[in-house]
Amino acid sequence: MINVALPKGRLGEKVYDMFEKSGYECPSIKEVNRKLIFENEEAGVRYFWVKPSDVAIYVERGAADIGVAGKDILLEYAPDVYELLDLNLGKCRMAVAAKKDFRDNTENTLRVATKFTNIAKDYYSKKGRDIDIIKLNGSIEIAPILGLSDVIVDIVETGKTLLENDLEPKETIVPISARLIANKSSFKFKMEQIENIKNSLKAQVKTDD
Amino acid sequence: MFNSNILKNEEKAVFALRSLYRKYGYAPFKMSKFEEYDLYVRNKDFLVSDSVITFTGMNGKLLALKPDVTLSIVKNTKDLPDTVQKVYYNENVYRVSKNTHEFKEIMQTGLECIGNIDVYNIFEVISLAAKSLEAISDSYVLDLSHIGIVSAVLDSIGCSRETGKKILTCIGEKNQSGIEKICSENDISAEDCEKIVSLVGTYGKIEKVLPSLRAICDTPELSAALAEFESICSLLVSSGLGERINIDFSIATDMRYYNGVVFQGFVENVPTGVLSGGQYDNLMKKMGRKSGAIGFAVYLDTLERLNLVEKKYDVDCILLYDETVQAADLAGAVNKLVAEGRNVMVQKTLPENIKYRQLLKINGKEVDELENND
Repeated sequence: MINVALPKGRLGEKVYDMFEKSGYECPSIKEVNRKLIFENEEAGVRYFWVKPSDVAIYVERGAADIGVAGKDILLEYAPDVYELLDLNLGKCRMAVAAKKDFRDNTENTLRVATKFTNIAKDYYSKKGRDIDIIKLNGSIEIAPILGLSDVIVDIVETGKTLLENDLEPKETIVPISARLIANKSSFKFKMEQIENIKNSLKAQVKTDD
Repeated sequence: MFNSNILKNEEKAVFALRSLYRKYGYAPFKMSKFEEYDLYVRNKDFLVSDSVITFTGMNGKLLALKPDVTLSIVKNTKDLPDTVQKVYYNENVYRVSKNTHEFKEIMQTGLECIGNIDVYNIFEVISLAAKSLEAISDSYVLDLSHIGIVSAVLDSIGCSRETGKKILTCIGEKNQSGIEKICSENDISAEDCEKIVSLVGTYGKIEKVLPSLRAICDTPELSAALAEFESICSLLVSSGLGERINIDFSIATDMRYYNGVVFQGFVENVPTGVLSGGQYDNLMKKMGRKSGAIGFAVYLDTLERLNLVEKKYDVDCILLYDETVQAADLAGAVNKLVAEGRNVMVQKTLPENIKYRQLLKINGKEVDELENND
């Protein structure tokens, strides 16, 4: 039995469709209810919906053998897992954004508001820039408007939310997409099944052009 | 002498491993609890975590609670020509847990083989690692890699140190798309990129992987490393360990310390590696030593939850008594129950949250049964 942690939401549903096409279907998952765990004994697979940012934890600790997590989460928490495949889904980028008229005054410490404190710290320490991290859990876009921070480090998909708040992306830190991850120990003992899943998902990955 | 059911996984493992290492002539190595902090400062990168618990000793020297055993053993052995010193240990080390960001005591057992290391010594240590895993669980896998091969492949593509480090991280994650991206960003040719990707993609049983390794072997350094690796692998296969050993180059270790074979052990139902080790001649050189060395550690704390069976009862019987009962009568009743092979908890009132098989009460000299949950 392979345990699969899927991220709740649109991305997770897309990913499930890919698993289904690979022969790991579990029709009960499409029923509208509040259940979180779905099993198809015949196909040897059990799915569960978890918060996207928790997928890596389930996989790292072996509660799930494999899972699908955004590269943002993998960079932020650096879980000890295998990153088997870039699914080329849920594409966006981690970016620095600020008010349109923002100019970085290098005389002062840069105040950075973000959910992704490790990514932000790492990015600025490579640049040798002195920063002050302001950890927020949501509505990051408000921070520069209210003068709480100079810039934000956040995920940018279309840039629409930023635009509506009079902000714009200034620098791209790293492109983001969904990845298939596997627990290191599970990979040893369920190698064949995990490889099969990986290969049939790989055949479905759409390339950009 | 005692019922083996009473022992926890990690305690059973300590006994089993101790007798295993003794069989092969490894001598116990008992260390002092503390070590001079200076030793860790000089070899900070060898440690799994940089944080060390320090305090000032009576003579004013800064001491540390050991975060690592290998460095202390290396420090306390001498370079003796043509001899190999073989020691095993069972010690607590103190490291920062990634999850709680606090210090944690970790019970660790392991062995080190220091001196003029040859192919037999390497084989002996790897097979002892496999036997250690076998002593812990029937279902285990030992992953084997060779740093010489990985570094020769990276050297042959001639990338910068920084890029090499990034590629190594991706190798550790089995992240093929990451490697392809780094290669295209750094003008590494498609051919060289393919070479690294195939290194990541080759894992599995020895007989399956070795032929595909020969295919990418195109420099003298790589050939030399592969020749050594092959001779070790063939020894392992001929001693019957081939089935349980996988070649896997994703074992990411620091190339500044390790040079030859490195390995990592997994047992089923434990989510992390339970054993890790390798040949660390580079560390020896850095510490000013002529000898080579190879060793491994077993992380006993990871075994705590392995095959955990919920106990039905905490205690066989609870024996209740009151003031009217003579202590001598009570002691007699307890001894009788224990002699019958049951464990007994004596209480005046029934404690909360204890699961018991039988509830007894002593009246005068008579023991009555009040409740039986069987």
